[in-house]
Amino acid sequence: MNTLRVERLEYYNLEPVSLKVGEEIVGLAGASGSGKTLFLRAIADLDPHGGKVFLNGDEQTDFPPPEWRNKVGFLPTESTWWFDKVGEHFEQVNEEWFNKLGFDRDVLDWQTDRLSSGEKQRLAFLRVLGIEPSALLLDEPTANIDSGNTKNVIDLVSAYHKQHHIPVIWVSHTIEQLRDIASRIFVIQDQKILPEK
Amino acid sequence: MKFIHLTEIDLILASVFVIAMAVLSLFLQLGIFKQIIIAAARTVVQLLAVGMVLKFIFADLHFGWLLLVSLIMLIAASREVMQRQAKRFSGFWGFGLGALSMFVSSFSLTLIALLFMIENKPWYEPQYAIPLLGMMLGNTMNGIALGLDRLTTNAWEQRTVIEGRLMMGHTWKQAVETIRRHSIRSGMIPIINSMAIAGLVSLPGMMTGQILAGSPPVEAVKYQILILFLISAGTGFGTMVAVWAASRYLFDERQRLRLDRLKSSR
Repeated sequence: MNTLRVERLEYYNLEPVSLKVGEEIVGLAGASGSGKTLFLRAIADLDPHGGKVFLNGDEQTDFPPPEWRNKVGFLPTESTWWFDKVGEHFEQVNEEWFNKLGFDRDVLDWQTDRLSSGEKQRLAFLRVLGIEPSALLLDEPTANIDSGNTKNVIDLVSAYHKQHHIPVIWVSHTIEQLRDIASRIFVIQDQKILPEK
Repeated sequence: MKFIHLTEIDLILASVFVIAMAVLSLFLQLGIFKQIIIAAARTVVQLLAVGMVLKFIFADLHFGWLLLVSLIMLIAASREVMQRQAKRFSGFWGFGLGALSMFVSSFSLTLIALLFMIENKPWYEPQYAIPLLGMMLGNTMNGIALGLDRLTTNAWEQRTVIEGRLMMGHTWKQAVETIRRHSIRSGMIPIINSMAIAGLVSLPGMMTGQILAGSPPVEAVKYQILILFLISAGTGFGTMVAVWAASRYLFDERQRLRLDRLKSSR
């Protein structure tokens, strides 16, 4: 059973958080500035934090950091691209996934500085799936995407999730979107992460 | 050897030009009148002080004096490196990074030059050791300051890119490698340029000084080549060391980008 377990995680201004995510999609909502992104950043070990994080029983600190971040795939709201061409950012290309999000193979030759924000976000999503993470942290993955592609992204997350049985944390500022996707929803309120009532 | 002494009148005449320039800047509202006057005054005071100190040290040859003067020079240069950073490391490393890399590159090369190239007896005679170290430090300081400033500024501006790469499982080295390469290059380009144009556009300062003081031009040229090679090597090594160490210190033991270790000056 794949699990992502957070034990008394301390970060930002929140009270220590404990949370166990199994082979499910868990939603996290909260006002902007409440610490949703920082929660994901602490799990990905991008910020200093207290407490412990386990992936399938193995502790975060037992992994070399790059290996941990390879296993715990983090999709930020704003993606960044550092090479000239899209294809240089991909270690492997699953053409079926690309097609599902409306891309052909020639997207790999596109210049990264000419991508629209929606294209960037969809491609960043394909990029993080390409490293085959054992857990997924999605920070508002559909924020810049039109409604048609939003559905495609949701379908692809579900498909990947069903195929690989991995824990997924999906952060969104609209709780309505999470109701369709997540099996459980948590809300950040008054510096606490609590299950939605 | 002919040596022409300058009188006070000569210097006062030269200062008239600086004052005229400062007054013009006042009319153009450039807002740098005060800086010009203070900088000019500092030139006079600092150089006069150094002249006295050198006169004293040259007269009283002692290794301890040399050590003391080099230490003061190193501290002054390190402070200067620190102050030229728009974003600099807070705490000890803001000062220590520059000091350490300048110490490693400038001091070792100066020592080698004194022992094996100039071969004066004793090797630490201040007349050779202090100007040589001064030129080494001055140039290395420029390279390190440029390189570090570029590194920290770029890391600050491109933090989302660096972290984007970390998120994809890249190591800190991969995440910062482009920035690091650019930073080292920008620290080294001025000195590479001055090697490339030496003698074509202007005569390098040290050689000019020797010729004005009456040295045969070819002797002055030989010294200038030695110095240019030494300061190029010193600047290059120093910049590499400083930028490498600084880029490492931008990340912590869990390879997290720690921009909280930087602070803005002013």
